[in-house]
Amino acid sequence: MARIFTFVAALFAGTIATQAAEITTHTLENGMEIVVLEDHRAPVVVHMVWYRVGSADEPRGKSGIAHFLEHLMFKATDELESGEFSRIVAENGGSDNAFTSYDYTGYFQRIAADRLDLVMDMEASRMDGLALVPADIPPEREVVIEERNQRTENSPGALFGEQRRAAQFLNHPYGTPIIGWKHEAHDLSLEDAMDFYAEHYGPNNAILIVAGDADPDEVIRLAETHYGPIAANPNVEVRERVAEPPQLAERRLVMEDPRVAQPYVVRSYLAPERDSGNQEQAAALTLLAEVLGGTGATSVLGQKLEFDRPISIYTSAFYSGRSYDDTTFGLVIVPGDGVSLQDAEAALDGAVAEFIEEGVDQEQLDRIKMQLRAARIYEADNISSLARRYGAALTSGLTVEDVEAWPEILQAVTGEDIVAAAKDVFIRENAVTGWLRGPSETDTVEATQ
Amino acid sequence: MIRIIFAACLATAALPARAAVDIVEVTSPGGITAWLVEEPSIPFVALEIRFQGGSSLDAPGKRGAINLMSGLLEEGAGDLDATGFATARESLAASYDFDVFRDGVSISARFLTENRDEAAALLRSALVETRFDDVAIERVRAQVISGIRSDANDPNEIARRSFAELNFGDHPYGSAETGTVESVSALTRDDLIAARDAVIARDRIFVGAAGDITPEDLGVLLDDLLGGLPAEGAPQIEAVAVPEDGFLEVVELDVPQSVAFFGHGGISREDPDFFPAFLLNESFGGSGRQSRLSDEVREKRGLTYGIGTYLVDYDHADMVLGQVASANDRMAEAIAVVRDEWARVAEMGLSEEELASIKTYLTGAYPLRFDGNGPIARIMVGMQMNGLPIDYINTRNDKVNAVTVEDVKRVAARLYDPDALRFVVVGQPEGLLATE
Repeated sequence: MARIFTFVAALFAGTIATQAAEITTHTLENGMEIVVLEDHRAPVVVHMVWYRVGSADEPRGKSGIAHFLEHLMFKATDELESGEFSRIVAENGGSDNAFTSYDYTGYFQRIAADRLDLVMDMEASRMDGLALVPADIPPEREVVIEERNQRTENSPGALFGEQRRAAQFLNHPYGTPIIGWKHEAHDLSLEDAMDFYAEHYGPNNAILIVAGDADPDEVIRLAETHYGPIAANPNVEVRERVAEPPQLAERRLVMEDPRVAQPYVVRSYLAPERDSGNQEQAAALTLLAEVLGGTGATSVLGQKLEFDRPISIYTSAFYSGRSYDDTTFGLVIVPGDGVSLQDAEAALDGAVAEFIEEGVDQEQLDRIKMQLRAARIYEADNISSLARRYGAALTSGLTVEDVEAWPEILQAVTGEDIVAAAKDVFIRENAVTGWLRGPSETDTVEATQ
Repeated sequence: MIRIIFAACLATAALPARAAVDIVEVTSPGGITAWLVEEPSIPFVALEIRFQGGSSLDAPGKRGAINLMSGLLEEGAGDLDATGFATARESLAASYDFDVFRDGVSISARFLTENRDEAAALLRSALVETRFDDVAIERVRAQVISGIRSDANDPNEIARRSFAELNFGDHPYGSAETGTVESVSALTRDDLIAARDAVIARDRIFVGAAGDITPEDLGVLLDDLLGGLPAEGAPQIEAVAVPEDGFLEVVELDVPQSVAFFGHGGISREDPDFFPAFLLNESFGGSGRQSRLSDEVREKRGLTYGIGTYLVDYDHADMVLGQVASANDRMAEAIAVVRDEWARVAEMGLSEEELASIKTYLTGAYPLRFDGNGPIARIMVGMQMNGLPIDYINTRNDKVNAVTVEDVKRVAARLYDPDALRFVVVGQPEGLLATE
């Protein structure tokens, strides 16, 4: 199959000359997509394979299986012994790891550029040759349970996040934690893992990203050699998760945990994600998050709630448009000493209402856009993070063209677009408002028994 | 150029790499020394500045002053209040990250080529014209105190603090750099000015720069940026030794998973046996590859998500430090495995195969570190602070390869002492007997 196109990343308007990695794309006959990002400053490559499958694609009752399988992918394959993959990478001075999200599962190695052939050979062997044995399961399942203990069970903030997300999504699997609910993690089996593997892994559901000191023609040749012979997996289907019904009622959560020393309020709204060819609304929301909650000393929430009146010690706004299905837009307020969560929430709502009335300060917007342009320059210094950005986008339903177009779409957003996006998204029926606090901080006084 | 040269037999899987990075030493007209790697392909420069002697230089009774001070450097300087300063920095799209740790205050800065002088001038004003406005002090103080309160309930933070206190007591290493609610509440504006002048001074500066700047321009920039600092800061602190009696302390906390910190005295970077010790630790408990401890505790038994050990080379103390987290009913087993492995490595050292494997890993991984302006600037500062020569990068892998199995065995017997192991466990671990 011929190379589709090669181009230098688009240059953006503005005063800064932009440096961006040269990008080459290609698709193998078995459907595997290839993206090569060149940076020849150091003789290092990052080799990544991203699968278009994540925790949101799990069968009900098997939460955590996508992530558990990711752990098990380091066990034996038809050609490698258990643990041999990582051992060989390390013996060659490289490092390797993997990650699982709602929409993707990724595996990567960072290694000397002349070892690309070696890691590609091994990565290909676990694309269709995973050879698990029953003895692999119990200790690795315990490792995952300890991972959940470390990340979630030991952290009231993380538990609160799980509860809020479960309330946000009435029907969509984004409401289930990536690492899985604890009670289901204990029952995950070898069959569950192999069923998920057989359903979703294969070249036609994978994206190869090679970033660093690599020649695109050589990468494509190596990919033909190692990944080319693997047959497309006929079980792979286009992802269609169940959709959210109309959300008709705001959900309000109060979580109390004795480990909470600093109470706070988080409000999240259901929000559109970046869609291929249609990223304008997501761009406006991305800038809305910066305008409202960027740097405390200059953001709208920081100015109104930390500087004008000392109601809060920290405010923030968050939004990530890289998502396969609808995502969330969030607001955070951490009240100062002596300010109740009730008053903090009211002040937050008041500040947002004022902002919608007042509109966007053009000078602030110009500064944010200047920083977005500069971020592209700084990002060119870190090819691994650039590679991750492409991988996450391409597994979230976007194309290379969408990623290339994104900086210009951001630069074109106006203050009016931002306010309009805020009005569209800040709808209380679509919202979850969560209070996290310690048990002693209840607003109501309990009668003594 | 940051191109790294491999000059060895690439035919074998073992990769005796020889890395060469073109570092030049730059001395400014005003006498400030920096190491520079000039790399013009991306139009910015990464500048890493470190002032030796960090939070440990807090004056008596002023714990947390240096930490709070560093939080105020960007909260107003010269004619600009906090909002004015942030607005100016955003307009330049420069970034300045300030960090405080036991032995240093660091500034990691990035300046675009197109407005480099203005970005440097703004950073200079933060260092020498800090306003310390009362309203800014109160705002940042409230944030710091909130963090201290949250840390008091966090198992990792409790373990870290308790372990430091157990080992170092009243020495500055024995307490958290953030201070306590009481000590931070009592700090005055004068305390913060004194804290700045104690640590941000010319007699303790180390600088690394990588990116789009010439040696001449860097010299001028350094004089503009740092020339106005006080000539001398506060005297550095005294050395301290880790007690040699083994110990196990349990800090009760209602969490499902216990967190343990463990370790004992270590070895100095200047010690002639440092390299054998470094290879030993990397093989036994290092994080870059699957270590012996990780194999025993995680892979074979599933007792943890992660376990690691580190050779900690503070300026005034050395430690072997380890960390592991395990469910309350399994922590006792994890600790028993750690104790057994500690005794085994002390007695046996490493096998020939383990030593060969860690050598190929470390020598192969070394050139991969130099893969960006930011990392290179940081590495160069670290090299200067450790007193390494400017050509060290060319000889480092030879030092790794020179270590023999006999060296390792000798150093293992000296370094690892199962009877001296000190543990702090935070949580509700079952079946663990605390030292009386």
